[in-house]
Amino acid sequence: MTASTIIFYLLAAITLGSALLAVTTRQIFRAAIFLLFTLIGIAGFYFWLHYEFIAAVQIVVYVGGIVVLIIFSIFLTQQSGEELPKQRWSRTLFAALAAFCGFALILTQLINHPFPSANAQAGSPIVTEASVANIGEQLLNIEQNGMALPFEVISILLLAAMIGCIVIAMRQAPIDNENKPAA
Amino acid sequence: MFETISIASIVMLPLLGFVLLALFGRKYIRRFSGILGTLLMLASTVFALYTAWHYFFVMGPVNGAYQTLLPLQFNWLEFSPGLSIDMGLLLDPLSVMMLVVVTVVSLMVHLFSIAYMRGEERYPTYFAHLSLFTFSMLGLVLSTNIFQIYIFWELVGVSSFLLIGFYFDKPSAVAASKKAFIVTRFADLGFLIGILILSFQSGTLDFTTLIQRLTSPEGNEFKNAISSSFIGVSALTWGLVLVFIGGAGKSAMFPLHIWLPDAMEGPTPVSALIHAATMVVAGVYLVARLFPVFSVSSPAMDLITYVGIFSALFAAIIACTQTDIKRVLAYSTMSQIGFMMFSLGSSGYGDEAGLGYTASMFHLFTHAMFKALLFLGAGAVIHYVHSIEMKDMGGLRRLMPVTHLCFLIGCMAIAGVPLLSGFFSKEEILLAAYQSNKAVYWVALFTSGLTAFYMFRLYFSIFWNKNYLSHSSDQHHGEGGALVLLPLIILAVGAAGAGYIPFGKYVSSDGRPLETEFHLLFSIAPVSFALVGILLAFWLYKNKNERPEAIAATFKGLYHAAYRKFYIDELYLFITKKIVFPLIGRPSAWFDKNIVDGLVNATGNSTQWISAKIKGLQSGKVQEYAIYFLAGVIGLLFVFLYVIK
Amino acid sequence: METPGLYHILFISTALFFIGAYGFFTRRNLITMLMSIELILNSVNLNFIAFNKYVWPAKLDGVFFTIFIIAIAAAEAAVAIAIIINLYRSHKSIDVEKAEEMKY
Repeated sequence: MTASTIIFYLLAAITLGSALLAVTTRQIFRAAIFLLFTLIGIAGFYFWLHYEFIAAVQIVVYVGGIVVLIIFSIFLTQQSGEELPKQRWSRTLFAALAAFCGFALILTQLINHPFPSANAQAGSPIVTEASVANIGEQLLNIEQNGMALPFEVISILLLAAMIGCIVIAMRQAPIDNENKPAA
Repeated sequence: MFETISIASIVMLPLLGFVLLALFGRKYIRRFSGILGTLLMLASTVFALYTAWHYFFVMGPVNGAYQTLLPLQFNWLEFSPGLSIDMGLLLDPLSVMMLVVVTVVSLMVHLFSIAYMRGEERYPTYFAHLSLFTFSMLGLVLSTNIFQIYIFWELVGVSSFLLIGFYFDKPSAVAASKKAFIVTRFADLGFLIGILILSFQSGTLDFTTLIQRLTSPEGNEFKNAISSSFIGVSALTWGLVLVFIGGAGKSAMFPLHIWLPDAMEGPTPVSALIHAATMVVAGVYLVARLFPVFSVSSPAMDLITYVGIFSALFAAIIACTQTDIKRVLAYSTMSQIGFMMFSLGSSGYGDEAGLGYTASMFHLFTHAMFKALLFLGAGAVIHYVHSIEMKDMGGLRRLMPVTHLCFLIGCMAIAGVPLLSGFFSKEEILLAAYQSNKAVYWVALFTSGLTAFYMFRLYFSIFWNKNYLSHSSDQHHGEGGALVLLPLIILAVGAAGAGYIPFGKYVSSDGRPLETEFHLLFSIAPVSFALVGILLAFWLYKNKNERPEAIAATFKGLYHAAYRKFYIDELYLFITKKIVFPLIGRPSAWFDKNIVDGLVNATGNSTQWISAKIKGLQSGKVQEYAIYFLAGVIGLLFVFLYVIK
Repeated sequence: METPGLYHILFISTALFFIGAYGFFTRRNLITMLMSIELILNSVNLNFIAFNKYVWPAKLDGVFFTIFIIAIAAAEAAVAIAIIINLYRSHKSIDVEKAEEMKY
């Protein structure tokens, strides 16, 4: 029973518990906060797996950006103190059933599938450490195994998303007032 | 070839008349319609007379018997080899005689109608219907095939329906036409079943083959038909009885006679043509056509005899009390047809035994003449007086001399006054009845006395009795022009002279000329009965007096029952309204509406229900779509991983 | 107890995925539906990282996938919020059961 194992199970408990509570709670603000804890739990998993950079990105973007965005939108669209209406029980039942069946099926397949585990091989295989330097080098590399193109595509996507958000959320100009005769 | 065309044109010319007048009459031909119809009819009559002369005199009997000719026959609808509905023209003594009767009487009626129906708004339609009727009747008598005769039978019924209901804005006329059609259609059900039985037993629908197969005692069909029986009666008899039921409906035999008096709602020339001379004898014609087969089955023959004689007596009693002159004539027709029927029923087959057959056909021929004459005369009287009731007439002999004379000739003919045609034909019938069945003979004798009585009651009431009170609104238009009087005169000549034709030489049960003798002593009995009847009518009706009412008061019950036609109509209404409708009609309607329709509706409704449920899948809600999506994916995964290896 | 390996993480990511799916089906509020989608995306990220570490340690492809998914998820969340605000303006409510214009 190493510390690593204990931490793993703790993280698992936090993540899954918060996720469950996020999807079932009736108060929307609490759902947002539970989402926050879930995302932090995921970041914890990244740390446990020694992928620090990704963990950092997760916290900065997801927790610091998206959850905040969500909280702002909660404020903009409704009174956050009100309780959410309850879903009818047939929907809840079928959704739970579908989710559970799917979970069971996928899990069965996964557990029975022998993934070629690198740890089980003899000797020490090559491990590329996921340091910032390595990631940065490969990200902007234009030669083989380089991710320059996807990088640029993502940036265009972000631009498009920004413009799109502004257009969608823009308040319509008051055209009616200009066309109305003096009355 | 010429013969085929000329014979075919006898039938086709009236059809052409119908098509032209029906399509173009109202708009283009208009007032010329009567003349067009009559001209086509005249051509048809000329062809018919030519054919008759050619058949009887130029060709004559071959090997002692008249030939059965088939100038035209083509296979129309084949059910199986040997069983097919053919359409064709059959010439034998019976059909040639009928050709002459139908065409001549139709021509007379056409002529009469030109003047009688003048001023009628639907003048072209009337002539179109008349042509249709003539076509159907001619097709009926020239049929080679029992199914062909059924087709034309129905066509004749339709024409009768159209003509009876000609004044369709009169509810009584509409009701009468419906009654006629429904009663005859109901009888035709029996006819159809009879056709099926007979054709099944003999394996063919063709007349000559059917008769030959069902009358040869060694043949298989005959033995089969006699041996297979149902409720104790052989199949052959069943078939014949059912066919006779069809004939009885058309010929207004008891109890299917109820439509004939009401059919007098139609125009009078129509009554003359259809309900006196031609359509109502279709039943007699049918029995005569199948006579060889009928004569094999004595139960069927007995039925025909008893139905005929009963109808004759029944109608004669009722006719003594009626006051509508057309109804008197209608019942008289029913009575005379009863005579024809029982004469056929009591006849044998071949040579001397077939006297009844010849007598019946002879009476058919003479009856057509004098009955058409009587109806047309009645039409002229009704037109003059503007009423159908006897109480509105009287003393018309001075005001309508020609009509009076012709009507008198007609009455004398029907009463059996010597030297006129009715005397000869009735005497032959009575002779045939005397030779086969004495009881029938005595009843027939009494009925002919009654006939003389009620006919002369009619005559005296119209032309003598009181003086006609002319209404101030009449501008007297005289008796009627040449077109009205000419047919009357021609028919009067026919009624007087037709008795001198040696009928047995031409028409007999087996085609061989039959020598008929005239028995002077025998005719004393009928003539004396007729004379008694005439004198009684003279005593009661020549001058207006109280005696008829006194006699009616003495026989109050019988008189009243006869006046109300023995309540047969009420009985029919009772049966249909109280029994058939609630016990059979209503449950069937319920069954049809709820179960049969219900099943069909159920398929429709369930389809709609299912489609509404499926439609509900498109709820517009994203989450539901997502659930279906995921469930589908999981399902497919499951199927591909575990079910299909 | 053995050291948690690939299969344990896969268990967690699968569970997270289906919890997110359940939340997506069940929640009546558009914003909570968005939260469920974020859960799903995160489970996928975890999956990629796990495979990268345990099955293909020599390469960094999983890492890159994860980075890209995070970026895309951010953009998508922003656009989704914009749409939700738009819908709120027209319906005065963000109850997803009320947005059924696509009904038959």
